[in-house]
Amino acid sequence: MTVAKTKFDRRSFLKTMAVGGGGLMLGFSWFSALAKDPKAANLPDEIFEINAYIKVHPDGKVTILSPNPEIGQNVKTSMPLIVAEELDVDWNDVRVEQAPLDTSKYTRQLAGGSQSIRLGWDSLRMAGATAKLLMVTAAAQEWNADIEDLTTEKGIITNTNTGETIGYGDIASKAVSIPIPDEVPLKDTDDFTLIGKNIKNVDGFEIVTGKPLFGYDFTREGMTLAMIIHPPAFGMRLKSYDDTEVRSMPGVKDVFTIDTSIDDPQWSDVNAFNELIVITGDTTWEILNAKKALEVEWEAVSELENSDDHMRKLADAIQNGSGNMERVDGDPEAVAARAPTVIERTYTAPFLPHNPMAPMNFFADVKEDSADLIGPVQTPEQLRTSASQLLGLPEENIHVDMTRMGGGFGRRLYGNFGLEAAAISQKIGGSVKLIYTREDDMTQGTYRPAYAIKYKAALDNDGSLMSFQAKGTGMPGDSLYANRYPAGTLDHYSCEKIPIHTNISTGAWRAPSSNFTASAEQCFMDELAEAAGKDPIEFRLDLFDRAMRDPVGEENDYEADRYAGVLELVREKSNWGQEMPGVYRGVAAYFSYGSYAAQVVDLVKEGDDIKIQKVWCAVDCGIVVNMEGAVNQVEGCIIDGLGHAMYSELTFNDGAPQQSNFNNYRIMRNSEAPAEIEVFFVESDTHPTGLGEPPFPPIMPAYANALYKATGNRYYNQPYLVKDQTMLAMHR
Amino acid sequence: MPTYTLNINGEEREVDASQDTPLLWVLRDHLNLLGTKYACGIAQCGSCTVHLDGSAIRSCTFPVSAVRDAEITTIEGLSENGDHPVQQAWLEHDVSQCGYCQAGQIMTAAALLNQNADPSDQEIQSAMNGILCRCGTYLRINKAIKTAAKNS
Repeated sequence: MTVAKTKFDRRSFLKTMAVGGGGLMLGFSWFSALAKDPKAANLPDEIFEINAYIKVHPDGKVTILSPNPEIGQNVKTSMPLIVAEELDVDWNDVRVEQAPLDTSKYTRQLAGGSQSIRLGWDSLRMAGATAKLLMVTAAAQEWNADIEDLTTEKGIITNTNTGETIGYGDIASKAVSIPIPDEVPLKDTDDFTLIGKNIKNVDGFEIVTGKPLFGYDFTREGMTLAMIIHPPAFGMRLKSYDDTEVRSMPGVKDVFTIDTSIDDPQWSDVNAFNELIVITGDTTWEILNAKKALEVEWEAVSELENSDDHMRKLADAIQNGSGNMERVDGDPEAVAARAPTVIERTYTAPFLPHNPMAPMNFFADVKEDSADLIGPVQTPEQLRTSASQLLGLPEENIHVDMTRMGGGFGRRLYGNFGLEAAAISQKIGGSVKLIYTREDDMTQGTYRPAYAIKYKAALDNDGSLMSFQAKGTGMPGDSLYANRYPAGTLDHYSCEKIPIHTNISTGAWRAPSSNFTASAEQCFMDELAEAAGKDPIEFRLDLFDRAMRDPVGEENDYEADRYAGVLELVREKSNWGQEMPGVYRGVAAYFSYGSYAAQVVDLVKEGDDIKIQKVWCAVDCGIVVNMEGAVNQVEGCIIDGLGHAMYSELTFNDGAPQQSNFNNYRIMRNSEAPAEIEVFFVESDTHPTGLGEPPFPPIMPAYANALYKATGNRYYNQPYLVKDQTMLAMHR
Repeated sequence: MPTYTLNINGEEREVDASQDTPLLWVLRDHLNLLGTKYACGIAQCGSCTVHLDGSAIRSCTFPVSAVRDAEITTIEGLSENGDHPVQQAWLEHDVSQCGYCQAGQIMTAAALLNQNADPSDQEIQSAMNGILCRCGTYLRINKAIKTAAKNS
């Protein structure tokens, strides 16, 4: 048993709350579950709020609040699951409620960087364990018993001496007046009964029955609908518009402009277009018609960029530029100059829009001295801070609620749509739901940047890696991590970064930077292994072996044994090395967000088509909280990653995005997905790490490496099945 | 503005809407049936799929005036208690991630099974190919359809 110091603020405890009183929100899970059992429909009249995460009902049911935004990564199930584990409650007695933004009770209510479980783990366990201890202490007092003699199981406390039992629901009223202890015992991982099991999505029933869970579905009596028009190209702004005709169109209420610029923008305020035209109206179709009919003049205020220029700039920077040398071990340049074999390769990747299935949207009801902001945002706290500036209201008067998100992939880290809704509501003096079209969404910005990386490596005559040089550029920024593999595995290494300016707004996109670096690095490793005459897994393991025995440098980001561990696991499970006629295999591994993932992709030829027959994936993410949800995340990362590696790109002509909807922007469809995915987790009792992103980056190079086996061509430029593979390959 | 009497989920509903209004927006804005989703508006992603006399259609490009006396079924009307074999199979396989596209996936799957009680893998892929899921839940979708076919 682990003993942990309690970290809770006392004021968030010890509250008894009547149903119907302020602040109680009931989620759909409860109602739909109750609807099936009419007897249960009478809600208990008193609920005991044990702490910020837990409310115990007199009938023993427990409400657990899920603090973080739900974006499809399934934290609304897995975060409460961690609480329930330590609380020792029957999962069937738990209903889950999405907590509102409340920074006095919760920390880091943010969905991003695959961090919700990783950073929430300790406080969620503590919340469950503390609540359990309070109830056990109350029972001990009630029975005049020793705490040590009491056990808990599925919401029942038992006195092992007398056999007496009491349910949480019957003792909760007494537990709320017990002082919070300084220390609470946490379970040994061996004693987990819920964590690691297959637990279904708590919103599963509401999703399959079409309940209005999403921001796009949010309605409040009397609200107006609004849509925006943004400039058609990056580098342009509004010059003028003529709304004479549009104002008389049916259902149109108003046409005006808003400006969401604020004096002190945060990182989450990425936005190329602060000044927008707004059309409000009664129905979506009427506003859409007005949107099409409105005559608008735009003017260029900065460069109108083209994709050809982007490629030229990336190529120029990577060939001729010099930037920040972030890490140098030994003298890689000198080693390469005298090495028997030197290989240089350049890899590129295009801008990408996020394209969550639900386009951006937000509800706002801004009053003179307060505001309600409700919708799908990965960064509710940041939205509140920016909205406070924009609206001139103190943060404490702005209430933010999170709806379920129809995907995000990083797009909803940037809450401009929330600010826009707030600005519109303030302007019209009433409540409003802002909705984007797919076109608004795809052409608005916050894209994954375009990247290029050049690697140069030297091999000795025995095939060992002598030096490795990485040079990365991006529009804007770069994609390299100086202290990631292969740093630490060899004596001569360098990492250089050259940022390039662009007026196209960009931001984090699922597995930021890693989503490209993995492809470049792991495709290059495959070529190096081949040139060294070694098996690609052996080649990598040799390097990890060095990093385990005698690492170079002290700041390497990864643990070499865990990295090697996932490669060994996938090698074993996929029977790597066994020749299978007609099957073309590729492998890759990558470390990101604290987790390790290795994948083997099997391709087969069907006529002219190359099909993905199977993907094998090994993951080390520490303790797996919810096995079913975890496997689903890995499968999703693989399918999403494959589609983007194969097909997806956003190009520009005179600043205007050339793809705006799914007729000209391709993501993976059902028939293109792998026929089978098999997922293996390294058994672990260490702190859980990320999962919504780590399996995403390595699938792209694993696929490209398999494609090389099938076609004989190496793949340097994403998307692999669309782009000319020789464009930047002057170093081949 | 013309008035249309629509048969939706077994009920007659009257709406005033211009004749070119897509059924999707009639469902969502006029009738507050929010289970049918907007995601592309140009019949490319299938999130808006509903049944017209039992066949899957894209409501985002289907004008309300073309419905006439056909029976419309939306996700809200697929079953009374969420116990349609496709919905149950979706829960069994824990298909959803973000969940936004799943109403369209489920309605398409249910229409497929209406017409083909025991579809092959290829028939499933071909029927489901029009419904995009960026979360990448396709394998679970296909498994759930197999289960639903068995349990129908």
